[in-house]
Amino acid sequence: MSWSERFEGVRDLAAGSTPDRSTPVLLGAIAVLIGVVVLSPLLWLLIKTQSIPTGRLLSLLTSDTTLQVTLNSIILVAVVTILSIFVGVPLAILTAQTDLPFRRFWTITSALPLVVPSYIGAFAFVSAFGPRGELAGLLGPLGIEQIPSIYGLHGAVIVLTFFTYPYVFLTTRASLLSFDGSVVEAARSLNATRWEAFKRVTLPQITPGIAAGSLLVALYVLSDFGTPAIMGYDVFTRMIYNEMNARLDYAAVLSLLLVGLAITIVWLESRVGGGREGAYVTRGSRRPGTIKLGRWKYLALAFCGTIATLCLVLPVGILLHWLQRGGQGFAGGGFTFEISTAWTSVGLAAAAAFLCVLLAIPVAYFAATTDSKLASIPDRMTYVGYAVPGVVLGLALIYLGLSYVPFLYGTVFVLLFAYVVRFLPQAVGSTKSSLLQVDPHYVDAARSLGESPTAAFRRVVLPLVMPGIVAGAALVFLTTMKELPATLILAPSGIETFVTYIWLVQGAGYYGQAAIPALVLVVVSGLSMLVLLGRERYDVT
Amino acid sequence: MSRNDGRERTQAFDDVETAVDDPTRTVLQLDSVEKTFGAETAVEALSLAVNDGELLTLLGPSGCGKTTTLRLIAGLERPTAGTVRINDEVIAGDGRFAKPEERDVGIVFQDFALFPHLDVSENIAFGIQDLSTEDRENRVEELLELVDLQSHSGRMPNQLSGGQQQRVALARSLAPEPDLLLLDEPFSNLDVRLRVEMREEVRRILKRAGVTAISVTHDQEEALSISDRVAIMNDGRVEQVGDPGEVFEDPESRFVASFLGQASFLSARVTEGSIETGIGAFDREVLSGPIEAYDGAHVDVLVRPDDLQALPTNESMADGYVSHRQYNGPSFVYRVTLHSGEEVHCLHNHSQLFEPGEPVEIDLTADHSLAWYPAE
Repeated sequence: MSWSERFEGVRDLAAGSTPDRSTPVLLGAIAVLIGVVVLSPLLWLLIKTQSIPTGRLLSLLTSDTTLQVTLNSIILVAVVTILSIFVGVPLAILTAQTDLPFRRFWTITSALPLVVPSYIGAFAFVSAFGPRGELAGLLGPLGIEQIPSIYGLHGAVIVLTFFTYPYVFLTTRASLLSFDGSVVEAARSLNATRWEAFKRVTLPQITPGIAAGSLLVALYVLSDFGTPAIMGYDVFTRMIYNEMNARLDYAAVLSLLLVGLAITIVWLESRVGGGREGAYVTRGSRRPGTIKLGRWKYLALAFCGTIATLCLVLPVGILLHWLQRGGQGFAGGGFTFEISTAWTSVGLAAAAAFLCVLLAIPVAYFAATTDSKLASIPDRMTYVGYAVPGVVLGLALIYLGLSYVPFLYGTVFVLLFAYVVRFLPQAVGSTKSSLLQVDPHYVDAARSLGESPTAAFRRVVLPLVMPGIVAGAALVFLTTMKELPATLILAPSGIETFVTYIWLVQGAGYYGQAAIPALVLVVVSGLSMLVLLGRERYDVT
Repeated sequence: MSRNDGRERTQAFDDVETAVDDPTRTVLQLDSVEKTFGAETAVEALSLAVNDGELLTLLGPSGCGKTTTLRLIAGLERPTAGTVRINDEVIAGDGRFAKPEERDVGIVFQDFALFPHLDVSENIAFGIQDLSTEDRENRVEELLELVDLQSHSGRMPNQLSGGQQQRVALARSLAPEPDLLLLDEPFSNLDVRLRVEMREEVRRILKRAGVTAISVTHDQEEALSISDRVAIMNDGRVEQVGDPGEVFEDPESRFVASFLGQASFLSARVTEGSIETGIGAFDREVLSGPIEAYDGAHVDVLVRPDDLQALPTNESMADGYVSHRQYNGPSFVYRVTLHSGEEVHCLHNHSQLFEPGEPVEIDLTADHSLAWYPAE
């Protein structure tokens, strides 16, 4: 029997493969080439640090600044991640498993802060709670001169927690909804109390979901440039940006440390979330019974309301306030928002989306249709975009461009290349997941009806995966629009986008002028989340 | 059909009208075909010939290589050795390999694989794009009629029932008039009641289209009921090929015997003129074929539930006792443990009740000669 079982396995593997070996070879070569090109900035960083003399490398690595920055980064990541779990998990449980009033409404408000790019959130918080901000303005006449400073670690923590906890909320909620409620009933029938059932059955099953969300939070915080920069808290991203023009080798060393830290976080998560498949695959036909909140209902409502107020009402309110309140000193400063800025942003984002989709199709098709372990390598290589923070990528591309393709330096192509490296994984992921849903028998069927592999792809596969490709393109388009660090570093002089404009205005403190582009970016972010949720067929009920 | 026309009635029972010119012409010929995946041999020394208009079924347990054989014929796999010929033309082997799209071989997939973005008509028309619009429409119309789905031409696949999807899949693969049609576990995605109905329906469609077809299944009832010939496969080899009655009545190997029906083997000692078994002595004539060479030796005799009857008796007369009762609705199958330690099965109608442990005598009631195999 074991023979036939093993054989069935082999046959199933073979069933997915194309019989015509020549196509995957060519396709594979293209996919690998794309992977290598996308990896090249990271490779440059490695080469760059190799060329640093050992003595200097050691002194750079062990300098007080390095240690301080590393410690700061770890503290920020750890605190924000833990706080995100404390905010996100209760919200997920409240909206998924209790009789909380208006659960649908709270589900949406709990996920929505994700649409506020964190630098815009930080910007709004500074303007609300900063020394010359709204709160100070309100309290001043009452004789309160001194309010606690928003700058520093706690400011960064507050802003990042408020705008990243939805990652934990969404993944936890997804695993709460997807796991089979009958196991909770089984636990209760075995005389476990509701709390015990939660602890022994529910919690182990949603732990991978929580871990997955925490991973997203941790990586986001680690790579975020805008918030720490605005809050004046020295972490890797801010230091790299500052050292870029002064000590290039130091910036490269810090970049590698940052990438190493990101990899460590991914590794840690893979230890915790080891059983992820189990948690995500179990398809619950039954929802677990709802928990009756009773008088705790009011506390729960207050909790949801507070979070929604701080994360949504406050930042959006501030932006609208800017919009409506013009006036001297607040608006002014010689900044005017030109409509051409909007077109530049749209044009760049559209070009990035087009390029990403074009490159994503061969990589995704190769990964989805070829079953050997090697086939996933180009796919994995493109994931580098997720691992490399925008600041690091910007740094690498500036000097890679200077060293190897000086004629491209300072052109818009380098910026587009940065967008491709960063956002290709989104297009690949979206395309691949829709390709994987295409039954390989469709291609076999088309070929048995006389179509060549290429024609089968065009007539059958492409129409079926089109929605996935379009979703991937939309996602790249929208995320490109709000990308901050690489845009700041690589945008050629004379090119002004929403992001560079906001940064300029923010730096000068003339908040009023940033209202329109900031609101546009919030809307853009919101749309990108809709695309993402639409693709996942996220269940809001 | 008029009630008095007896000839037409037998014809309808026997077969559907078919459009085959020469039923003795070989359409598909496999010679010593072999396929290995790494260290695993999936198909070994497989030779098979299929005639025009014939419906042959490859029957075997899962992992026996039947699906691989089908994929080799389709061109979805490349044989490691041997040749595949269709209409005397080598399509695989001797250094040649025709791609799936270059072979006139249609496939009906287990999950039907209807293109979800195309409606019924577009699915059927998929493989006949080279026809003129008018010819194409006529051909689609013709096939819709053949599979009796004229009223569903504009439906999308997800709006069809399992049986309808299967008929569309059949029509789609028949549209380009393939030399050969392959059916991979065609009924396994249908529920049990529909399965029986669709067997008849599929056979009718295939016969009316006059297409040569090979189907693959692990369901013996399905294989025996729809096929002109059955090829029993085991461990990558064909054990026996023949018409359904022949392979069932006269299995050439112990594997075939045990795979078909609920088979038991009775150990028998062959003596001059008779055989001695755990259920008594019988005339040697009950065995099929020459047995002389086994005088004095032991053989295993194949007995199926319908060959045996249990009779209530007392302890001293009993051959064994009832050890299990399997209720199938209209009938019971009793398992009887013989004093010799062997187990046999007896088929009884639902009114014949035995209790567990009841002593019984076993009577051989078969009205055909019994197959036997040298003792292992």
